[in-house]
Amino acid sequence: MSDILKTSLCGIELDNPVIPASGTFGFGYEFAQWYDINCLGTFSFKGTTKEERFGNPTPRIAECAAGMINSVGLQNPGVERVIAEELPKLKQVFRKKVMANVSGFSVEDYAYTCEKLDREEQVGWLEVNISCPNVHGGGMSFGTDPKAAAEVTAAVKRVTTKPVIMKLSPNVTDITEIAKACEGAGADGVSLINTLQGMRISLRTRKPVLANVMGGVSGPAVFPVALRMVWQVCRAVKIPVVGMGGITTAEDVLEMMMAGACAVEVGAANLTDPCACKTIIDGLPAAMDKYGIRNLEELRI
Amino acid sequence: MKQLILKVWENDRIAESVYRMVLEGPELEEQKPGQFVNIRLDGQFLRRPISVCESEAGMLTIIYKVVGRGTEALSRRRRRDTLDVLTGLGNGYDLSKAGDRPLLLGGGVGVPPLVMLARKLREQGKEVTAVLGFNTKEEVFGETAFRMMDCTAIVTTVDGSYGTKGFVTDALPEDYSYFYTCGPEPMLKAVYRKTVTSGQFSFEERMGCGFGACMGCSCRTITGYKRICREGPVLEKEEILWE
Repeated sequence: MSDILKTSLCGIELDNPVIPASGTFGFGYEFAQWYDINCLGTFSFKGTTKEERFGNPTPRIAECAAGMINSVGLQNPGVERVIAEELPKLKQVFRKKVMANVSGFSVEDYAYTCEKLDREEQVGWLEVNISCPNVHGGGMSFGTDPKAAAEVTAAVKRVTTKPVIMKLSPNVTDITEIAKACEGAGADGVSLINTLQGMRISLRTRKPVLANVMGGVSGPAVFPVALRMVWQVCRAVKIPVVGMGGITTAEDVLEMMMAGACAVEVGAANLTDPCACKTIIDGLPAAMDKYGIRNLEELRI
Repeated sequence: MKQLILKVWENDRIAESVYRMVLEGPELEEQKPGQFVNIRLDGQFLRRPISVCESEAGMLTIIYKVVGRGTEALSRRRRRDTLDVLTGLGNGYDLSKAGDRPLLLGGGVGVPPLVMLARKLREQGKEVTAVLGFNTKEEVFGETAFRMMDCTAIVTTVDGSYGTKGFVTDALPEDYSYFYTCGPEPMLKAVYRKTVTSGQFSFEERMGCGFGACMGCSCRTITGYKRICREGPVLEKEEILWE
């Protein structure tokens, strides 16, 4: 991998800025069957909670113009089994530091799960999801109130020495308020955006397509919204910002980095093309060349 | 699992809103009966999962019904067009449990995956009976394919315009060793209630990825959580939990 793609995230070097987003990449090994995932900067593994969760009833997936809506609802085996079963499998296919994505239903939940994952050597960063739109009474309720967001941040910071990245919800009036609250409580970085709340109704049945009625919209449809929020947050905080939302091409990566992101996450694109992230990484040098970008570091503001 | 660019060999309407598409590609491996492919279509964000009807090295056939924009776009593909296809998805049917006289039960576009299954079972010398259910005469397809393989083929239509009047479960033979089924969920539930042996069910669910990444198609079973796209689409009768 050439040096021109190198970047860093909260003090940890990345070979390139491309990070598959949580919930679209499992624990990596599903994708290792499609390509060698060691070409990635890192990846954010499936959102992990204190207890096992089945998630929401199906249908959990709907389509929309240039995107999709999901209401998976944080299906995961719980942190104990993630550590005992998933991480050993992950280790066999990925030799870099991984980003641990954590969700919870109380401040104590978040701290409990982060403390467990803090002991795992392969975990490089903790990405704390305070923005899941699909779980009632959890996730997003922490990410829509600056005080609650700060509380979760502080609680997690107390139990870990690893960099803490707070994953923010776009379903708020002013995302910079939440970002500043996280920064003030000691967050090492923020990542944004999680999905936007949306829904579809089937004309045939006259009922919502998703069993959970509403879900989170992702895909290229949300890219301009994500870019705008990343731009705003980058000008409101001093900590690193990971940009995501609808990225599908190398050009999208560059645009997101020009908005101020130091790295990017790619979500829905992984589901429609299992090799999406590899294709994006392979396409970055040519895209940079086309726009006269010598290295990604020069894009950082 | 492989991502391949396949060429459309033919794409013909064979019944009301139902098309048969033959795809070819030199790297294409034979698929297992009951497996599916996931097809990317211009203008649609998500791929469309379609079960494999017939398959050999270098070639596969799908039969699909036009139900929305995705399948409508698929029906407009012409000979020599290319498609981005994820192949070899899902577990497929387990043929080892068939016994001597397996029964195949298909409803509508649940019939296609049973075609390749019937061929494989016939190659093993099994005595195969297929019951194929449709709403009405204009939707009927596949009968000849089963007859040509020397299977006993019984067709039912809900309105009685062709074959036996009623549902697949109204025409169940008395004697069979095991069963395999694919069709809409109400039919699968009826099959579950009315069959007397063990068997395998192929399920349909809205999918995000089709290869086990997104957890969009998870279901609960007696043996734990399963992804329809990965540990399914075929589940054993004994493990099914209806919700």
